[in-house]
Amino acid sequence: MMVADMSRATLGAEKADPAPVSHALSASLSIGVLALQGAVREHLGALDRLGLRGVEVRHPDHLAGVDGLIIPGGESTAISMLIESAGLREALAERLDGGMPAFGTCAGMILLATDVADGRPDQHFFAAIDIGVRRNAFGRQVDSFETDLAVEGLGAPLHGVFIRAPIVERVGPGVEVLASLDGFEGGPRPVVCRQGRVLVAAFHPELTTDTRLHRLFVTAVMEAKGDEGSATAGAR
Amino acid sequence: MKRGLAEMLRGGVIMDVVDAGQAKVAEDAGAVAVMALERVPSDIRRDGGVARMSDPALIEGIKAAVTIPVMAKARIGHFAEAQVLEALGVDYIDESEVLTPADEANHIDKWGFTVPFVCGATNLGEALRRISEGAGMIRSKGEAGTGDIKEAVRHLREILGDIRRITQADPAERYAWAKNLQAPVGLVTEIAETGRLPVPLFCAGGIATPADAALVMQLGAEAAFVGSGIFKSSDPARFARAIVEATTHYRDAQIVAKVSRGLGEAMRGEDARTVETRLADRGW
Repeated sequence: MMVADMSRATLGAEKADPAPVSHALSASLSIGVLALQGAVREHLGALDRLGLRGVEVRHPDHLAGVDGLIIPGGESTAISMLIESAGLREALAERLDGGMPAFGTCAGMILLATDVADGRPDQHFFAAIDIGVRRNAFGRQVDSFETDLAVEGLGAPLHGVFIRAPIVERVGPGVEVLASLDGFEGGPRPVVCRQGRVLVAAFHPELTTDTRLHRLFVTAVMEAKGDEGSATAGAR
Repeated sequence: MKRGLAEMLRGGVIMDVVDAGQAKVAEDAGAVAVMALERVPSDIRRDGGVARMSDPALIEGIKAAVTIPVMAKARIGHFAEAQVLEALGVDYIDESEVLTPADEANHIDKWGFTVPFVCGATNLGEALRRISEGAGMIRSKGEAGTGDIKEAVRHLREILGDIRRITQADPAERYAWAKNLQAPVGLVTEIAETGRLPVPLFCAGGIATPADAALVMQLGAEAAFVGSGIFKSSDPARFARAIVEATTHYRDAQIVAKVSRGLGEAMRGEDARTVETRLADRGW
């Protein structure tokens, strides 16, 4: 409850922002935020603090030009339905299958997962990362919580805001677990996972001003773009 | 944390439902949450009498039927009803003017609860008083159960207009703003610095069509509550879905046109100016 009385503007502001991403490529980077429902503005704000401009994705055309995509927190059932009705399902599946880097937080993690328990039968998942998750498994809103997390490679602990968060129940062989929570039956629960260029978090880094996970994702997007560039150059 | 869930509801539609069947319809249509109550506002208006918190069995039945968050209403100032709702494990409590107020001077001290609260407001002063009492989300009151959008529009314009004026004010004028709004100067200062309400601002009261939803979202609401507008229409499942899509694509008139086409009869409604009981006047 420590942020209950903090304003939207100052949430987590005590942590100094890292410097903007400085790389020759960053100026030309286009990072999409799936903008159908949920904490879209917060992700755009995080990108802004890194000196990048996010692109709102609501239509298949918007997806064509992005180098990577963030799927925000929100209600995964509603986002899933809106993906379908906006005609985004095929375009998204195609880009993700083609290796587009993606970063999913909470509901976004559910949408990127391979199998989902306690979802709706008509809910669509993109199987972009080989994990199995269970929806709302930490509990209802009154059981939402905040805690500091040690995330591999990030140094100082990261403040995690969990809201009706999904639990990762299965981790495939190719998946790295970057952070876990202790104190659960059956051992630690993974809360930050990565497979290739797909990064997922069970909590909401977008609700704090700590942009280190976003930076990690942006680095993966830059690498992917660099690879693409050299592949094109090699083909010439 | 208290406002965290509210941020997750942004850009979505929260629908009033009176049973598990309606809750399923709402979830199927892409609602981000449901409000469990015994009668939708237009029926409360028609039936008269004292409107109270819903039967816990009804709330539990709705909770069991859906995977999305469930909200429920307590009477203004009725902290014991709020305690019961918290014990039931609802995700949000709406301290609502739609129910008959229990206290004509005080609202619930919401800081004493773990569960977050949403409260109605007709103007910025009311919104800031509710926030100072611990509300994690503010919604316009509108005039519930009328299907008439004009009061919600008035409330959103009042709240957002004053926010814009405060951001233009000289710092020395913030004290007079606080005095005139009857609200804490700290919150006024915060608005001056951020240009936003300290918690999410949603719209409620009178939304009956997809275009109504697009209107309030363009005015600056961050999500929409739809009460009687869905289940008093001729085709609730289609209306629900259409309002969800219009709320997401509120700037895209082509999509709003597409989802509005051949939708059927919206709730009949009544002019908010001529209703006998003005619910929006409840709250202090």
